[in-house]
Amino acid sequence: MSLGILSLIVLGLAGLGFFVGRARALAVVGGDGRKLHSLPSYHGQSVALFAALPAFFVFGVWLFVQPILIESSISGTIPDSIIPEGGALSLVMADVRRIADGLDVLVQSGSLTEAAIAELSTETTDIRALLAEGGVALGSDVPQPVLAAASEYRAMNGTGRWAMTGLVLVLAVLGLVVSLRRITPDLRARNISEAFVKALLIGASLVAILTTVGIVFSLMFETINFFKMYPAKDFFFSTVWNPQFRGGSDLGILPLLWGTLYVSFVALLFAVPLGLMIAIYLSEYAGPKLRSLAKPAIEVLAGIPTIVYGLFALVTVGPLLRDYLAQPLGLGTSSSSVLTAGLVMGIMLIPFVSSLSDDIINAVPQAMRDGSYGLGATRSETIRQVVLPAALPGVVGAILLAASRAIGETMIVVMGAGAAAKLGLNPFEAMTTVTVKIVSQLTGDTEFASPETLVAFALGLTLFVFTLGLNVLALIIVRKYREQYE
Amino acid sequence: MSDISYPNGAHAQKSLLVQDARTRKRNAAEERFRRMGLVAVTIGILALVGLLSSIIANGASSFRQTFVNLEVYLDPAKLDKAGDRDPAKMAKVTTFGYSPLLGRALAQTIEAQGISTEGVSKKEIEALLSKEAPATLRDMVLANPALVGQTISLQVLAQGRIDGYFKGRVTMESAELDRNISPAQLELADALRAAGIIDLRFNWGFFTAPDASDTRPEAAGLGVAILGSAYMMLIVLCLSLPIGVAASIYLEEFAPQNKWTDLIEVNISNLAAVPSIVFGILGLAIFINFVGLPQSAPIVGGLVLTLMTLPTIIIATRAALKAVPPSIRDAALGVGASKMQSVFHHVLPLAMPGILTGTIIGLAQALGETAPLLLIGMVAFVREYPGSPPEGLMDPASALPVQVYNWTTRGDPAFVERASGAIIVLLCFLVIMNIAAIMLRRRFERRW
Repeated sequence: MSLGILSLIVLGLAGLGFFVGRARALAVVGGDGRKLHSLPSYHGQSVALFAALPAFFVFGVWLFVQPILIESSISGTIPDSIIPEGGALSLVMADVRRIADGLDVLVQSGSLTEAAIAELSTETTDIRALLAEGGVALGSDVPQPVLAAASEYRAMNGTGRWAMTGLVLVLAVLGLVVSLRRITPDLRARNISEAFVKALLIGASLVAILTTVGIVFSLMFETINFFKMYPAKDFFFSTVWNPQFRGGSDLGILPLLWGTLYVSFVALLFAVPLGLMIAIYLSEYAGPKLRSLAKPAIEVLAGIPTIVYGLFALVTVGPLLRDYLAQPLGLGTSSSSVLTAGLVMGIMLIPFVSSLSDDIINAVPQAMRDGSYGLGATRSETIRQVVLPAALPGVVGAILLAASRAIGETMIVVMGAGAAAKLGLNPFEAMTTVTVKIVSQLTGDTEFASPETLVAFALGLTLFVFTLGLNVLALIIVRKYREQYE
Repeated sequence: MSDISYPNGAHAQKSLLVQDARTRKRNAAEERFRRMGLVAVTIGILALVGLLSSIIANGASSFRQTFVNLEVYLDPAKLDKAGDRDPAKMAKVTTFGYSPLLGRALAQTIEAQGISTEGVSKKEIEALLSKEAPATLRDMVLANPALVGQTISLQVLAQGRIDGYFKGRVTMESAELDRNISPAQLELADALRAAGIIDLRFNWGFFTAPDASDTRPEAAGLGVAILGSAYMMLIVLCLSLPIGVAASIYLEEFAPQNKWTDLIEVNISNLAAVPSIVFGILGLAIFINFVGLPQSAPIVGGLVLTLMTLPTIIIATRAALKAVPPSIRDAALGVGASKMQSVFHHVLPLAMPGILTGTIIGLAQALGETAPLLLIGMVAFVREYPGSPPEGLMDPASALPVQVYNWTTRGDPAFVERASGAIIVLLCFLVIMNIAAIMLRRRFERRW
């Protein structure tokens, strides 16, 4: 019986439970709903829950545990002699699984009977050719112990599957019957079903935690693997990035970090003054008409996907900078450069800085401005000497958040900054960043055993730590600032 | 007192109507500052205008495409040697069997129109047509074998360089240096256009056709990418809306104020700021390597984007729930509803417009996200349409933003036009989604 049908049956039982439970609750009180503690539909829900939950729980656990148990017992039966030189047990086990799956396919298509499988032997039939008929390709001929293990594997899987189906169905029916018999007018069915809903809500809010745990674990795990193959000292302190696919690569993070920080610095140099001035102008100077026009226009920039900025850098800004600045000045001939990526990223960050600073500037109490005007200060003096100092912590927080965005940005630098890992000062030269190298090391066919691939995880972890640090710092600064005026 | 205020009497002698030097300086500084602000706003808006106009200028032409109108005689001697119109046997004739037919048809048409073909070889005439054209014709014939032996009128794609010539991308000068096209061919194309054999038409194929290989940019379309993006959005919607709403209800309405809920909240705000590429690494490590889901599949992309969208939806939903006044909850509790009933029967429906607005904005973000999809293998060259859900969610597919990236990495400049056109399509989707969000907010927003 397939897993889908089994879960459909359990769901069907639960649905049946809902209607029967509701009817039975009403029957218990002779049709007078007022005598029930909970509404009849809550009784129905609780019956449905009792039918479905234990069954699905066992179902899930079984599906998870069975393969592990069977693998360990089968791998015990495989003699060491057939594990190929330099190979691993896991490879043989993969063959066992493939053969077992292939036999299943053959049985399903009707070209092989169970009895015939029991008599199969490597001496009489060519298993490899046989399985190839079923569409399962094997790398090598099958030794007898592997075939035996495969049939054992099939047998255990079959028994396990049947035991599970039986147990799940029994549990579902049992839950249904027991909870039906429990229905009395005083049964607090609403509390039961609400407790379940609450558990679901809690589960949903744990997804966020699980995601973080998943990120940290997946990064940590592979990073540790990477450091087993490649010395951590070289990774952190080497100034050469030169991956070779035949091994012997230099994987120093310093040029990548330098590129990342340089591009981000250029972007912030562009975005912070502009964003700040826009926020000041729109909140302190602009009339309602200009404000209602300019503010959404600036915010549209925030909603544009980064791939659009990337294309803008690649097609328009890069060639423009090369033709009108870099080449006449003799500074470079590459259209992808630090300046290209930085400038375009700066445009992306403008709305980020401006809307955050706008909020912060508006949060400065009007009384402080009025006091300053009363002393005879002009508007710009008030802004520069009263409003900005008061808003400074918040503005710094906003800048840090923008910096964390800049460091983690991928598409703009992939398309605008170039791929050459260099430690240089010339902003018209192509440089590369951490995110670009993560993309280039992990796209395409990757094998998770070489340091050249695994280095991407170490880079990812570095990136994650950097941005997390900046965000936490920004959060602390913003929170401290808020306390001043509340 | 005034004597003391002006000890040296310097200020008192001047007229109020004439500004002194210091005031002038301060006012000039004020004016400068104001101007700087105005300049900043102008630069910001100019950046937006520049960005959009550069994309539109580059990409608008991709919605029109050069086609060649032909009368093709489908020679049975070439296409169906057995003569029994059996598609299985006819399938043995590859596209190489079809291209001479098209070439001959074009040559005959040119001759019939009396256009001189001086300086253009027979092979070069055939090269005016796209390499995709024989494949289109072959598919047509195999789908309907009865066509063999007839003369059918057909519109086939012109070669990418010809298309570029009519759109201004290819010039006579660049054709001199190009081994795919010669100035003589371009002159011939001009004459054909004047005779109405070649014309530019709206390019439906751009929206429906799958991607095409490097040498035939004229045939490349967004069909697979749009389908893949739609599948992913479906997954994101189905997963992130219920999970996000459930999590926000718990955090906003039920959670006690303690360390655990604090931890969850800090977590969510941090997740919102994690670089998107890190989510791609997560997807690669967990969903593909650990769970064993296939690469390039919309399901993996959908799951990764769900995790990315969740914080956005949770933050929006919590704001919407917070905006429902406590009096609603109190009234429900007062007439005997349980806490759960008050939330699900009263608070949630009232907060729904805000939640949906947040969800649409979250989806719009997810639709434009590229970096994580690169890592889970969605850059692969996919020409097959994914099947229908649910199995189709496991088939390889592309996605709109990734298709854009993919095209920008190709050599032929015609792909830049395609990429910009794809961006216009993407931006149109985003605009529609955002307008829907704004309308929803306007229509249902309630002030308490």
